[in-house]
Amino acid sequence: MSARSADLIDAGARASLWLQPHRLVLIAIGLALVVCAAVFMRWDWLPDYYDLALQGIWRTIWILAVTCVLGFMLAVPIGFVQVTGPRWLSLPAYWFCTVIRGTPLLLQLWFLYYGLGSLFPQFPWIRESFLWPYLRQAWPYAILSLTLSYAAYEGEVMRGAFAGVARGQLETARAFGMSRWKVFRRIWLPQAIYRALPTLAGETVLQLKATPLVATITVVDIYAVASRVRQSTFIVYEPLLLLAVIYLCITGILVLAFRKLEARIPNRLG
Amino acid sequence: MTQDAAASLTQGQSPDGAAEAIHIENLHKRFGQLEVLKGVSLSARDGDVVAIIGGSGSGKSTLLRCINCLENPTSGLIRVNGEEIRLKADSHGHTRPADRRQIERIRSRLGMVFQSFNLWSHMTLLENVIEVPIHVLGVRREEAIETAERLLARVGLAEKRDVYPAFMSGGQQQRGAIARALAIDPRVMLFDEPTSALDPELVGEVLKVIGDLAQEGRTMILVTHEMKFARNVATHVVYLYNGLVEEEGPPEQLFGDPKSERLKQFLSNTH
Repeated sequence: MSARSADLIDAGARASLWLQPHRLVLIAIGLALVVCAAVFMRWDWLPDYYDLALQGIWRTIWILAVTCVLGFMLAVPIGFVQVTGPRWLSLPAYWFCTVIRGTPLLLQLWFLYYGLGSLFPQFPWIRESFLWPYLRQAWPYAILSLTLSYAAYEGEVMRGAFAGVARGQLETARAFGMSRWKVFRRIWLPQAIYRALPTLAGETVLQLKATPLVATITVVDIYAVASRVRQSTFIVYEPLLLLAVIYLCITGILVLAFRKLEARIPNRLG
Repeated sequence: MTQDAAASLTQGQSPDGAAEAIHIENLHKRFGQLEVLKGVSLSARDGDVVAIIGGSGSGKSTLLRCINCLENPTSGLIRVNGEEIRLKADSHGHTRPADRRQIERIRSRLGMVFQSFNLWSHMTLLENVIEVPIHVLGVRREEAIETAERLLARVGLAEKRDVYPAFMSGGQQQRGAIARALAIDPRVMLFDEPTSALDPELVGEVLKVIGDLAQEGRTMILVTHEMKFARNVATHVVYLYNGLVEEEGPPEQLFGDPKSERLKQFLSNTH
């Protein structure tokens, strides 16, 4: 009982500590903005597009998650071979990173969608293959180009991270009889990921903000939903405002998640 | 040599009964044009503490690193516990271990301690000590932890088990590295200038741990600059000069009555 009331007092004290004047002012301004937006702007279109918007959000998150995971799995070998691989592997990896990072993502997306997408139907064996039902849709091209983009940027990050791991620690692992694979899996890769994590957080946020490009090849993500609202109702600002809030929220969740992850890793790597 | 003696030698037994732990014969090591080792022979039986001394560039670290093939010798013979390390020449003419499995197995029984400690920085001290037993030797986790805690207590680091290396002093890191090497129950401990990177006031605590190991009869090969320490703990001292064994013998003889002019010079410079 007394412990509980002490907790309550403690929580109250912390809350009053947090509620400093400048924060109170900011909260008031924020609430006023929300109220203004709700009162003076038009939101009557929302019920009609509610389901579509939810699907759009879901698709955006899904595209982000899949391309980041696949892209990172590609980035590890791309970064690694540039640090220690033979030339016939490190050179292509280097050129892959240079070309992808040196050209606009929109261009890559269109190259794949309009280029490959119009090339494939000319081959009967592709049209007859089991992959055709997928290849005639837009989303595989969206996934592919976003994955390659993430792989190239993260490949560069991982290259630096792998190169930054102290040679002495790798040599020690060898001296204790670890196989090359074990040295990689137990020592080299974990340390490289820990090093890269702060950068990965930022790159993943950038990747989120690259996802609206898929709307240009008919994939209906949340951005495409906002465009559709504008086109059919001629309401411009409200959908865009909502869109901004949604991207902000996803970014916030990403940043928090990465911060949690970073808090779990040992700091101050030698 | 009698036939019996010859037979026992091939099994890695020396005439007086103690098994031969390390045997090096006519070892050469060249880095490009530079020949660092020019035909070194060295041998250590179980329980021996061999101290390798010499000026910088004399090849003493290279000699130690050849034993577990961290450096691949250019030519020569290395036997660990009576097992010869099989070497082959690759397409570039460099020598390398012929059998990766063999060299990994031999390495996993040689506990190496480095000048720069090299504790794995993403693991706590305890994780450092149990890493090799679990992931190379296949020891059960609980068993490895039990051994590790005993060893950490022994080197005076029991309360540091969950600390990351970055938060430990150099002396603590090096004692931790010694515990990590002991955790594999090594046949031979290899020390590569274990106190050279330490602040002077931290040298003592590390030397004490190594001295205790020598006392209990651990087989060790020790590259060191600490002459007084070498004199106290070594059973055999090797003085390397310019890639060759200039003089070797028991410590009393080498330090008390050096024959070679270069060794006399070296000893007078280091004291």
